[in-house]
Amino acid sequence: MHQSARTVAAGLVGLLFGVGLIVAGMANPAKVLAFLDLAGAWDPSLALVMGGAIGVALPAFALSRRRDSGWLGARFDWPRASQIDRRLLMGSALFGVGWGMAGICPGPALVLLGAGVPEAFGFVAAMLVGIGLAGKLWPAR
Amino acid sequence: MTIDWLHFTPWTALAGGALIGLAAALLWWLTGRIAGISGLVGGLLTLPGDWPLRLAFTAGLIAAPLLWQQFAPLPTIELSASFAWMLAAGLVVGVGVKLGSGCTSGHGVCGLARLSPRSLAATLSFMATGFITVWLLRHVLGG
Repeated sequence: MHQSARTVAAGLVGLLFGVGLIVAGMANPAKVLAFLDLAGAWDPSLALVMGGAIGVALPAFALSRRRDSGWLGARFDWPRASQIDRRLLMGSALFGVGWGMAGICPGPALVLLGAGVPEAFGFVAAMLVGIGLAGKLWPAR
Repeated sequence: MTIDWLHFTPWTALAGGALIGLAAALLWWLTGRIAGISGLVGGLLTLPGDWPLRLAFTAGLIAAPLLWQQFAPLPTIELSASFAWMLAAGLVVGVGVKLGSGCTSGHGVCGLARLSPRSLAATLSFMATGFITVWLLRHVLGG
């Protein structure tokens, strides 16, 4: 019973996340690119998006360290990886290149898909191909 | 560096950021999962046992603009690149987030919020190449 409650919760939380992205301006690729354009007319807004998000999420993670499980019987699934290796740095660097090319990262890509932006369908499809391809060609050890 | 005060939107940025942070906090407390979008969505490709949860979260994200439109028109979406360019960008993003085990949400929001050095390294890495890529495309190559 709890499992289906968690699934419903995930759906509502996804909705909230998407609304947050729209409010923040992240669903407008031009605004994201204006943040990444340090040498041009720089729009610092997205730094505040990150600050606002971390400001709320930080205490939520900190409080959860004192217990094993959250609500609805959810077990906290702490990420186990901690090593900073070439795979992490090269992969993230590559992600940054793609982000800078389009001004779109995975969350906003899905919001733009829902908004019916034709390019977002192409972006998301290509992104899934990229994820699948990388998983096949360079599986994690 | 010149700051574009005209397009600077500090209040909606902070409010939107707070909603994103709240969503990340709620996903953690209600499901025990890190709100890493690339991981949650990318994981759907292999149909793991937890696919309903992943699909529900993904569907929620896609439905957000549809819900929004019930109450107000969507804010401006400005997108200038060609379809082919978007395909290329999507492919690069996909390979990158898979190898880097995360994107702006998983590393940039959740990772930094739980003070993970690994996520800090990843975030610094993608922010750096994001800045460099836009600088190259706009100011060096003149695209």
